[in-house]
Amino acid sequence: MTQTETAKNARSGRDSKQPLLAPKIGFFGMLRWLWRQLTSMRTALFLLLLLAVAAVPGSIFPQRSIDAGRVATYLEQHKTVGPLLDKLSMFDVFGSPWFAAIYLLLLVSLVGCVLPRCAIHLKALRSPLPRVPKRIERLPATAERDVPAASGDVVAAARETLRRKGYRVRVDDPVDGTQAIVAEGGRLRETGNLIFHLCLLVLVLAVAADHLMGWRGDVIVPEGSDPFVSAVGSYNTLDLGPWVRTSDIKPWSITVDHLDVTFEKDVAKSSPQYGQPRDFVASVTTSPTPNGKQTKRTLEVNDAVKLDGTSVYLLGNGYAPMITVKSPAGKVLYHQETPFLPQDNGYRSVGAIKVPAASPKQLGFYGFFLPTAEFSNTQGPISTYAGLSNPELVIGAYQGTLFPSSLPQSVYSLDTQKMTQVMDGNKPWNAVVRPGQTVKLPDGTTISMAKTVPRWAGLSARYDPGKGTALTAALLGLAGLIMSMTLRRRRIFVKIRTGGADDTDTASTLISAGALAKGEDPRLQVALDALLDGVERRLGTTPTSQAGPAR
Amino acid sequence: MNSFLHFLDFGGHSTDVGLSNLSNNFLYASAVVLGLAMLSFAADLAGYPGRVAREEARRAELAGEQQAVAAEAAGSTTVLQRTVETAPAIPHEKRQWAGIGMALTWLGWLLLAACVVFRSASVGRPPLGNMYEFAIVGAFFVLLAFLLWNLKRDVRSLGIFVVGPTLLTEMLAALIFYTAASELLPSLKNYWLTIHVTVAIMSVALFTIAFSTTILYFVQKWREDIHDTKYKFMDAVPGSEVMDRTTYGLLIIAFPLWTFTLIAGAIWAQKAWGHYWSWDPKEVWTLVIWVVYAAYLHARATAGWSGKKAAYLALAGFACVLFNFCVVNVFIVGMHSYSGM
Ligand code: HEM
Repeated sequence: MTQTETAKNARSGRDSKQPLLAPKIGFFGMLRWLWRQLTSMRTALFLLLLLAVAAVPGSIFPQRSIDAGRVATYLEQHKTVGPLLDKLSMFDVFGSPWFAAIYLLLLVSLVGCVLPRCAIHLKALRSPLPRVPKRIERLPATAERDVPAASGDVVAAARETLRRKGYRVRVDDPVDGTQAIVAEGGRLRETGNLIFHLCLLVLVLAVAADHLMGWRGDVIVPEGSDPFVSAVGSYNTLDLGPWVRTSDIKPWSITVDHLDVTFEKDVAKSSPQYGQPRDFVASVTTSPTPNGKQTKRTLEVNDAVKLDGTSVYLLGNGYAPMITVKSPAGKVLYHQETPFLPQDNGYRSVGAIKVPAASPKQLGFYGFFLPTAEFSNTQGPISTYAGLSNPELVIGAYQGTLFPSSLPQSVYSLDTQKMTQVMDGNKPWNAVVRPGQTVKLPDGTTISMAKTVPRWAGLSARYDPGKGTALTAALLGLAGLIMSMTLRRRRIFVKIRTGGADDTDTASTLISAGALAKGEDPRLQVALDALLDGVERRLGTTPTSQAGPAR
Repeated sequence: MNSFLHFLDFGGHSTDVGLSNLSNNFLYASAVVLGLAMLSFAADLAGYPGRVAREEARRAELAGEQQAVAAEAAGSTTVLQRTVETAPAIPHEKRQWAGIGMALTWLGWLLLAACVVFRSASVGRPPLGNMYEFAIVGAFFVLLAFLLWNLKRDVRSLGIFVVGPTLLTEMLAALIFYTAASELLPSLKNYWLTIHVTVAIMSVALFTIAFSTTILYFVQKWREDIHDTKYKFMDAVPGSEVMDRTTYGLLIIAFPLWTFTLIAGAIWAQKAWGHYWSWDPKEVWTLVIWVVYAAYLHARATAGWSGKKAAYLALAGFACVLFNFCVVNVFIVGMHSYSGM
């Protein structure tokens, strides 16, 4: 074990050797003891592993923050373990108190560990180089060279070679005709390591800022519909960070003029790739304020539009057929582009048409929109291709109360708790509606679909104030990591004596060198030999590298 | 709104069936050649005890001769001194089988390179879109890393332990992960994808080699602890301490690469999904792998944790890599579900 390593181990070992219940350490002693435990390397190791283990359930159970619908389904299917898992926050792992406890402890440990190390390192950077050890030959790596040159030249060459390699060098005064040189390299390793850990800290703070001050709103905007104006009430779903004020949501607007979607058609129909989306591009008109300057642009996947600090992304698409429902008397009860949500590659899409204006009972339709309808004996109505080759709306109907509770409900499904199915004789009424067609319910209400079927664009507006900081910290941290992984902390000691090996030849000089590393350094010997080769080359003699099998 | 990302499954069309078939044939050829390479490396290991015995015999013979010479030239004690000091240098036997193994590995790698290139040509994009493609490109990088490594140092005795997993990967790719050539869906068409996935596969290649060396660490450690003499051929492989250091050396290259993978993935997610981090299962596992290997590096620096305990962490890290590839890709619903299976 090397000298410096021993010192380090002694430092970290002290904490663990302290008796668990040392008598009379008092309250503050106890606190100090706890603090030292928390900031020890062993604790960091343990907390890192704990963090890894704790993250796993978040990838196995559905998470509310990602897909609340799947959580609800899971709870429905697992009536006994579901609620128990829910109590343990298994569906909100990354927002749960126990997960927070782990990373907060890790952060505290990181601060407690890194800040003192920064102080020590700053001092070390300025501290003088150590003296040359008496017995260089005891060092982990040693080398000796006999060179035909004057010792003054050798000293100059050695100093220059070390300097060029980035070493800090000190040439001591000669003692008994022996000139000593001390050099230290790789101090940037610790610097890099500290940069890495500090950046980690900044990164976590930036992510926390995004979580607290950022927001995200998702909305479905049909082609050619009225401009969408950003506001608290206008999104389909809106996630606000705890510190976001509603006034932070700026009222920019966006209109989807046209959405171009290409689907895969050039493969066999049996291929799972058939009908996959290949490209989508939206032509949009945006304005930074409700009545501001209008700009036409295109919005693509992977290419967001920035509006007043908010980024708007195009994330999805589907069909929003224009549906009209009229009462038996011919009064228009519903006239709207109604988005349907695609379920598979063929865009078999589900949706609901909610007609609260119907009386005496409210009316709701549920069903599928099929862009290329076909009937499968096993699966019922399906769509075989995502493009509009044979569009059909396949629906059934319910009557009753559409919104039985004040809880928000999905736009794509009916809550049928307080509704009864509309019957046609003794079997449920259902119908197929094609573009331009109108069908009648048993009571005379009609439903029709317009001739052209518009698409909708799924837009996601995002405000993440910390993302620039997070990226900078991540890249800087990576640089620090690379520094700390590639650089080696080494000390080189050189003694130069006139007279060569036999102490008689004044035209030759003996160089004896030794090297010491901090931590593990399998290439120490190689590095030392390379250094001496460099010295000889500088002197103009042929390197007499004695590098043996050392590696 | 994430829900409508699920159906945006990976897809495409077989632009050129001829090229993709050619690519498949190169894969089969590569697997056959690597199988032969493994046999050669096995023959090399099996020959090790014999090699040592023969070398010892020759050394004894030479020493005897020199002693005789020295005795004849008696009078010069320094000569005798020298002879005894420097054990007679005998040239190492040529390891023909190891040489053949390396040559076959180069050939197998070239064939695999052809497989990757033609696959790429058949789809008109980098071959980084599904598990099959990850597997073949991963195998390509494992072999490349090993071949380059062997240019710097003689690591032929590790040949079988690197070529073996590669061959296994190729066979799994051909038999289980195989996906017909196809194009990419829109959110995957981005150069960040290429960067992110290429670097990810490179680091997984290094993790794989480090896994082999970790296993060898345990094997050698066990043999050293019980003073094994039964499996003498394993003496051809360096001892546990060297394996431990080798693992560390590989992982300090792989770790920054994985860190970069994480960052590039976040940049891509920001562009494609509007947020750099969404706790998607794939993201979670990328982080878990990163954290476990960070724990490994910490373990190496903590007194009392290097050696076996650190090696267990390296194993745990690779278990996570495997889980991420085999289980998360296929069975867990997330925005990354494009295994193509
Ligand atoms: C937040 C989680 C952390 C991560 C991801 C992390 C990551 C890393 C990594 C990757 C290294 C390797 C760099 C190298 O070997 O040069 C390292 C080294 C180190 N870490 Fe951490 N670290 C974390 C927290 C901590 C904490 C809390 C401490 C304090 C107890 C700590 C103390 C150290 C020390 C002293 C080294 C230097 C080891 C050496 O090379 O001698 N780290 N860390």
